[in-house]
Amino acid sequence: MLYSEKVMDHFQNPRNVGKIEDADGVGEVGNAKCGDIMKIYIKVENDIIVDVKFNTFGCGSAIASSSMATEMIKGKPVAEALDITNKAVVEALDGLPPQKVHCSVLAEEAIKAAIEDYYSRNGK
Amino acid sequence: MKVYADNAATTQMSKTARDTFIEYMDNFYGNPSSLYTVGQLAKVELEKARETVASCINAKPQEIYFTSGGSEADNQAIRSAAAFGAKKGKKHIVSTAFEHHAVLHTLMKLEKEGFEVTYLDVHENGIVTPEDVKNALRDDTILVTIMFANNEIGTIQPVREIGELCREHGVWFHTDAVQAAGHVAIDVEADSIDMLSISAHKFHGPKGCGALYVKKGIPVANIIEGGAQERGKRSGTENLPAIASMAAAFKEACNNIETSSEKSAKLRDMLMKGLKEIPHSKLNGDVDSRLPGTVNFCFEGIEGESLLLLLDARGISASSGSACTSGSLDPSHVLLAIGLPHEVAHGSLRLSINENNTEEEMEYIIKSVSEVVDYLRNMSPVWDDLMTGKKDFYFE
Repeated sequence: MLYSEKVMDHFQNPRNVGKIEDADGVGEVGNAKCGDIMKIYIKVENDIIVDVKFNTFGCGSAIASSSMATEMIKGKPVAEALDITNKAVVEALDGLPPQKVHCSVLAEEAIKAAIEDYYSRNGK
Repeated sequence: MKVYADNAATTQMSKTARDTFIEYMDNFYGNPSSLYTVGQLAKVELEKARETVASCINAKPQEIYFTSGGSEADNQAIRSAAAFGAKKGKKHIVSTAFEHHAVLHTLMKLEKEGFEVTYLDVHENGIVTPEDVKNALRDDTILVTIMFANNEIGTIQPVREIGELCREHGVWFHTDAVQAAGHVAIDVEADSIDMLSISAHKFHGPKGCGALYVKKGIPVANIIEGGAQERGKRSGTENLPAIASMAAAFKEACNNIETSSEKSAKLRDMLMKGLKEIPHSKLNGDVDSRLPGTVNFCFEGIEGESLLLLLDARGISASSGSACTSGSLDPSHVLLAIGLPHEVAHGSLRLSINENNTEEEMEYIIKSVSEVVDYLRNMSPVWDDLMTGKKDFYFE
């Protein structure tokens, strides 16, 4: 099979799908021309990511990577969430096919973009 | 419910094809090149299969060469014309931008070897015009190679007009008929076709078997050297069980072509009508000039691979031209050739049905596709931008 069971689970039952209207940080990466766009919204209280949602246009692994990445940063201090790497996302998903690893890179970038947006809104 | 709707990728073998395959494995295992009776009996059967395949396209038996499939037949047809053209100083070939890769990649190799290739536009409807072909012909054109019907969007090309045109201008005409054979009537005489490729597994025959038709008088170049089988034009011991099975499947398909294409087309039209109801979707390729079983749609705001996987989870096998399924960053060259922008081409779906499908299955497909498209759009930032007016829709 192309994908691990974990990937299929997160693709078919994605966690944290949606938008946060009053988000404290929003990050959007990728472009439609290449076939992947990820948008991550975070809600922060006392430097803790208390809520996170995502919207993704992309293949199965892009959706699974978004779902897994949001799970990994939920409830974490912002500074810790910044340390999440694409490699950690791939490992948590029990691996991705080589041609799909870029999806996990997008997930890492989307988290970073959302946190940077949060920092810039708060003058940090 | 389980619905196999990817018959353009491959078909299930028919009972006739399967029974023939097994019968020939059991009873005709001899090598057709051997002198003793067991071999000669196999040789007789091989020639019977050749006659059958020839009769299905109104060719002569000696004009049929068995190959390992459509790709090999395409390679050999183009290589044959190129080899002859090179000797005569004719190094120009006319084709289209949306051929199968078996044709396109062979042409690209020839370009590196000093040939010039004109890739004709196939317009928004996915059909090349005979006028375009005519305008592309030059004094040094050796070959026109244009597919009979496109494998992704299913559009049927004006083969007869192109054939006549080529004949008038003394240019050879090859057509990759892999998607058409067994599904639409082919007559190489009436259609003025000089070379034609077919593949058994697209009409309920076995995989790994195909044929090349080459009109008598056109020199065939050998691309596989060895024991000089197929009158010295294609070496390798003949795969008789597959060849006999292909012949049986082809004959069955051609004998029933009218009833089965009518049945498929009715189901196909149901699909087209139902899927058109999904907002911001578009049927790719001409409505009328298309294969009886092939439908290709684009849905804005979603990506094809996730659509396929969710349909698979509902028991539906289909295919897509998205980058993720093509193994590159670019979506299908066919969808780009008919002018679709990248972001829309990523959201394509090909459903290819056959005469054995049912109306109930079509209803299930329509319902499932609508629901899955809806679900994916709800989590798509592209859809969000389209709905909030940040981006413009391409289709109504």
